[in-house]
Amino acid sequence: MFDLSGKAALVTGASGGIGGAIARALHKQGATVTLSGTRADALEKLKSELGERAHVITARMDDAADIDRLVKDAEAAMGKVDILVNNAGITRDNISMRMKDEEWEKVLQVNLTGTFRLTRAAMRGMMRRRFGRVINITSIVGVTGNAGQANYAAAKAGLIGLSKSLAQELASRSITVNCVAPGFIATPMTDVLTDEQKKAILGRVPADRLGTPDEIAAGVVYLASDEAAYVTGQTLHINGGMAMI
Amino acid sequence: MSDIAERVKKIVVEHLGVEAAQVKEDAKFIDDLGADSLDTVELVMAFEEEFGIEIPDDAAEKIQTVGDAIGFIKSNAKS
Repeated sequence: MFDLSGKAALVTGASGGIGGAIARALHKQGATVTLSGTRADALEKLKSELGERAHVITARMDDAADIDRLVKDAEAAMGKVDILVNNAGITRDNISMRMKDEEWEKVLQVNLTGTFRLTRAAMRGMMRRRFGRVINITSIVGVTGNAGQANYAAAKAGLIGLSKSLAQELASRSITVNCVAPGFIATPMTDVLTDEQKKAILGRVPADRLGTPDEIAAGVVYLASDEAAYVTGQTLHINGGMAMI
Repeated sequence: MSDIAERVKKIVVEHLGVEAAQVKEDAKFIDDLGADSLDTVELVMAFEEEFGIEIPDDAAEKIQTVGDAIGFIKSNAKS
């Protein structure tokens, strides 16, 4: 089950905690992977860890030309893109009263607009080959909201609406579009929280622990697989029971 | 040049699964040939491949009939 041999996957934000785990998991199932992100050294390190069937292409998700180039280069490197994992994301937290326009716009641009542009560019080849898997990494806060993250929550909620719309447009071409919504996962993004903050969060997680990047990656592998062909427009929540939606 | 028209019509017949007799130059892809909006995108992609050209989005939006497609390709195809 979930064999991805012969499939080509493009993962954005692959230098991050969750993105790296996703790339490793897809690779382990047999896929060829292109690792994208902004930090070339971290991507190269992951590439050498993976060995064969791995490519690195740096790109900025707030740059339209970079995004078009990324798809072209990934298709040139792997011959095609079957699986697109839009995982790149940033935070610029602030309470709304103090949130600056730049903080709002930057987060929307990278997390939402970048995903739309990249998916639009990759869809062409998927339509031609009558196969595609688009997996957008959203967040629990896109559904529940989170004080101090109006921009991030709006962008992540936007991804869910975007995914449902794309899913309807592309279903007849055997292209599925789904979201994975992590809860609180142990990554560099959550490492910065104080012990007190972590304790407060864990109080809301029935599983009483943070999730691991591998647990998110497993959900992505499933949605990328042939076995998940009939699953589209869905959001898979992986959050230890923190929100049951 | 009539070769271009024949090749265009062949692609339309194959892609939309319609009878060759229906594929007249004034036939509209969506209204007359039962294409949906995604079909029109795929037809444009197929024309691009067949004739080795690039059809920009603003031009693609104006291609609504078989004749529009033939006309655009005649004036833009190499050789």
